[in-house]
Amino acid sequence: MIIDIHFVGLVITSIMASAVPLILASCGELITERSGVLNLGVEGMMIIGAISGFALMTITGSLFIAVIGAMLGGVLISTIFAFLTQTLITNHVATGLALTIFGIGISAMIGKNFVGIPGKEFPILFESLKDTIPFLSPILFGHSIVFYFAFALPFFTNYFLKKTKIGLIVRAVGDSPDSASNQGINVKLVRYSCILYGGAMCGLAGGYLSMIYTPQWIENMTGGRGWIALALVVFSTWNPIKILIGAMIFGGLTIIQFHMQAMGVRIPVQFLTALPYIVTIVVLVIISRDSRKIRLSTPSSLGKSFYKDN
Amino acid sequence: MHKIFTRSLVSSLVFLFTLTVSAVAKDVKAAFVYIGPTGDHGWTYQHDVGRKAVEAAGYKTTYVEGVPESADAERVLRQLANSGYDIIFTTSFGYMNPTNKVAKEFPNVKFEHATGYKREHPNVSSYAARFYEGRAILGTIAGSMTKSNVIGYVASFPIPEVIRGINAFTLAAQKVNPNVKTKIVWAFTWYDPGKESEAAKALIDQGADIIAQHTDSTAIVQIAEKAGVYAFGQASDMDKFAPKAVLTSVENNWGPYYVDRVKAVANGTWSQKNTWHGIGDGMVVISDLDSAIPSDLKAKVKKLQADLASGKVHAFTGPIYDQKGDLMVAEGKTADDGMLAGMMTYVKGVEGDIPN
Amino acid sequence: MEEKLIKFIKRDQPSQAMFFLTPVLAILLTLITGGLIFYILGFKPFEALKFFFIVPIADMYGLSELFLKATPLCLIAIGLSFCFKSNNWNIGAEGQLTFGAIVSGGVALLFYNQEGFYILPIVILAGAIGGMLYASIPAILKTYFNTNEILVSLMLVYVSKLILDYLVVGPWSNPEGFNFPETRQFSESARLPILFEGLRIHAGIFLALAAVVASWFIFDKTYLGFQMKVSGFSLKTAKYAGYKGKKMIILVFLISGACAGLAGVGEIAGPIGQLHREVSPDYGFTAIIVAFLGRLHPVGIIFSSLIVAITYLGAETAQIFMQIPKYTGQVFQGMILFFLLASDYLLFFKIKFIGFKK
Repeated sequence: MIIDIHFVGLVITSIMASAVPLILASCGELITERSGVLNLGVEGMMIIGAISGFALMTITGSLFIAVIGAMLGGVLISTIFAFLTQTLITNHVATGLALTIFGIGISAMIGKNFVGIPGKEFPILFESLKDTIPFLSPILFGHSIVFYFAFALPFFTNYFLKKTKIGLIVRAVGDSPDSASNQGINVKLVRYSCILYGGAMCGLAGGYLSMIYTPQWIENMTGGRGWIALALVVFSTWNPIKILIGAMIFGGLTIIQFHMQAMGVRIPVQFLTALPYIVTIVVLVIISRDSRKIRLSTPSSLGKSFYKDN
Repeated sequence: MHKIFTRSLVSSLVFLFTLTVSAVAKDVKAAFVYIGPTGDHGWTYQHDVGRKAVEAAGYKTTYVEGVPESADAERVLRQLANSGYDIIFTTSFGYMNPTNKVAKEFPNVKFEHATGYKREHPNVSSYAARFYEGRAILGTIAGSMTKSNVIGYVASFPIPEVIRGINAFTLAAQKVNPNVKTKIVWAFTWYDPGKESEAAKALIDQGADIIAQHTDSTAIVQIAEKAGVYAFGQASDMDKFAPKAVLTSVENNWGPYYVDRVKAVANGTWSQKNTWHGIGDGMVVISDLDSAIPSDLKAKVKKLQADLASGKVHAFTGPIYDQKGDLMVAEGKTADDGMLAGMMTYVKGVEGDIPN
Repeated sequence: MEEKLIKFIKRDQPSQAMFFLTPVLAILLTLITGGLIFYILGFKPFEALKFFFIVPIADMYGLSELFLKATPLCLIAIGLSFCFKSNNWNIGAEGQLTFGAIVSGGVALLFYNQEGFYILPIVILAGAIGGMLYASIPAILKTYFNTNEILVSLMLVYVSKLILDYLVVGPWSNPEGFNFPETRQFSESARLPILFEGLRIHAGIFLALAAVVASWFIFDKTYLGFQMKVSGFSLKTAKYAGYKGKKMIILVFLISGACAGLAGVGEIAGPIGQLHREVSPDYGFTAIIVAFLGRLHPVGIIFSSLIVAITYLGAETAQIFMQIPKYTGQVFQGMILFFLLASDYLLFFKIKFIGFKK
């Protein structure tokens, strides 16, 4: 088998497509965590987004409504989480887990009537340019708008956090909610907004899976990607650009494994599938060792409830 | 006295017999245990189509879907047996042990287990379909229609059923096109649209212009449609998911068998069987051939179909060599059911190794 | 200026009465919402609830199945209570269960054609050790490398499932089993004995009960238990009570791992008697709900494990008789936890009704 440059381009494209849901969900959760909230319900929000988008696409036939619907589904379910953790001051870990279990269950219930329905063709951009330049054109052209959005998101997120006033407020709330509150910032409102935003991005990630990537609906279709997205946030030390790299590595490990099989290379499939998880643990250990560094990067109030008498 | 006694005895016996038969014939209820969701448009969907045929024949049915092959399966089976179901179809290999265990405790309930081999009690039957005959047809089409001479195959698990399918497919393809190569990717799942699409995409990127699958979702044919290559549907007619890509599908047609067995329970003629039916018996059906297939190939396929059905042609006719070059089946002979059931080696022309 | 109609006032101390009432309230709210969901889906609510909660345990066999399902949940939750009370978030119990099943399964397979009364204790011990080994990974990484235990234990869940998959499909697969993905059947000596003829409750239930008693004893009667409880409140208080931080963390993880590993033994050496590619329907995650629902208290956990177990059974029964989709079980589980967490607000806050003021 000749390894030509165009083929490498195709493989990279597949890896990028596989990375999209991870990038979206991780960037969303990143904002949530930067405001000090640990939302373990990413998997639940993603799967709700998946069914919301797919159901709306099938019922209304409008892909625009479906994409918005996927995000709204994520927002709706994350509202439950926000209400519980911010207003009723419940335990973050328990609430997030309940969100995941509930989300998987209810999405399967709603989705029962949508199993086995073919998805609609999602419009792709720059299709005519798809075969022009070897190597570059499959990477740059012929993708859905969600794909392009996903690859732009880390840069927007980075800019938002570092260079905008609201971004600064978010970080302040995450690092020191008490002093932020004393300066008149409404901590609850900021956190609510960040949680809902995270929900929207996770919902979009799920919608991408069900409407563009496969495209179909089946229960539990997110298959643990939500948990990987959570790991990616820590893996990237809360830096959006590093999320991009991490997501590609994860996506890559899956895709490369199939390619190696197709080439006849004998590989232990389960080991390769386990590699992303093992690699995550190793990276987590490495970045946590430098406790000063991790303390600098972790939002200090992450996971702790904020209560103020008023 | 003697005459009257005998006559009344005979008439009471006839009366009782009619009573029993009519009682039995009236109320036969059938239950179906599925491993996946009925909407999967693959394995479970086809079993459910079979169940609906039983209902159409006038019998009451119920089903339980998504039953894992764990300790839960036994409980579900017991509950069904306890609730008055006369015949229970367990549609996955992993239900084999719970089926036999519960069958022991309910000798009056009949159990039909799909794709298994253990029948430890007289009320347990096994049934399976000779899917490999369908694969031989797919291989003939693929071998003729490929332009790149690379065919992609997304396989699930390295078990005899899947290896058999790969072999039948490859042998048939090689017969029409000696240069053809089959590239196999093991997805290690029966149903995972995400993984299946990724596997298919990798094969397409590596030059395959026809994709066959032994996994159950429609994701692969959809990816083929997007990429502009051909594909074959698995277990059910997947044409509506990928109208341009799907050339034909191998359908599992369980309906006639199911109706047959339920009727047998109703008539009291049910007995333990090990059924392995193919195209000839209608258990394996080939869907309509797509218009992209040229008419001479269509004719060839139809003839092959008829020959497989009548037994004139066997999908595994020698000489067949394995990958190493050793003779598996002698010239002129055909592989017997025993060899087929335990097949765990590739034939020559299949690339790669069987995992583990 | 108008005043609010109701005001939430923080209590000085958590309300004792509410401690027992809120779980009841949560269950009630779940039943009501569940009934509503059934109604929306087009099923008769009362009939559906009947098939969900009453029919599954209406006979002896059903009752025994309830205990059979509750056993692993109870066992794992007890182990988790040690971790959660001391603020160690062990989310990876499912992985510890799986690894315990792998180790004990491997040991059982070594004896697959032998009999002897000594085999079962070895198998059980192997399971506990397997779970402990696996739980020690997040524990050590947390204490010596400062790594977040939530993510590590969670990632390890996937790793353990893949290890199991590899072993069952590959080297441990039954040589006489046509290469199907399952191991040999364990010998009778390696199986947990059935307690009653015709029912499936096995000796694993004793392990669960022993864990309940042991945990009650430790928390209520020992200084160690006191340290664990106190270290959950704040690090400062904990240091004041004199605990050795790192040792405590490792200890609670080992306990939790052992419990999960034992639950794994129950799953494979009980009714099944062999290793499959999957050994647990996410008991390790559901046990987290059980732990919280039972307020991390041994007696509470007994009740909550029974309640959660019935959501599993009910989902099956409702499917058989009413064709209600089986995922309602998970929906109920999630809902119970939501409502409990929400109603816990009343533990810490009092509702005060103030009239409108002009």
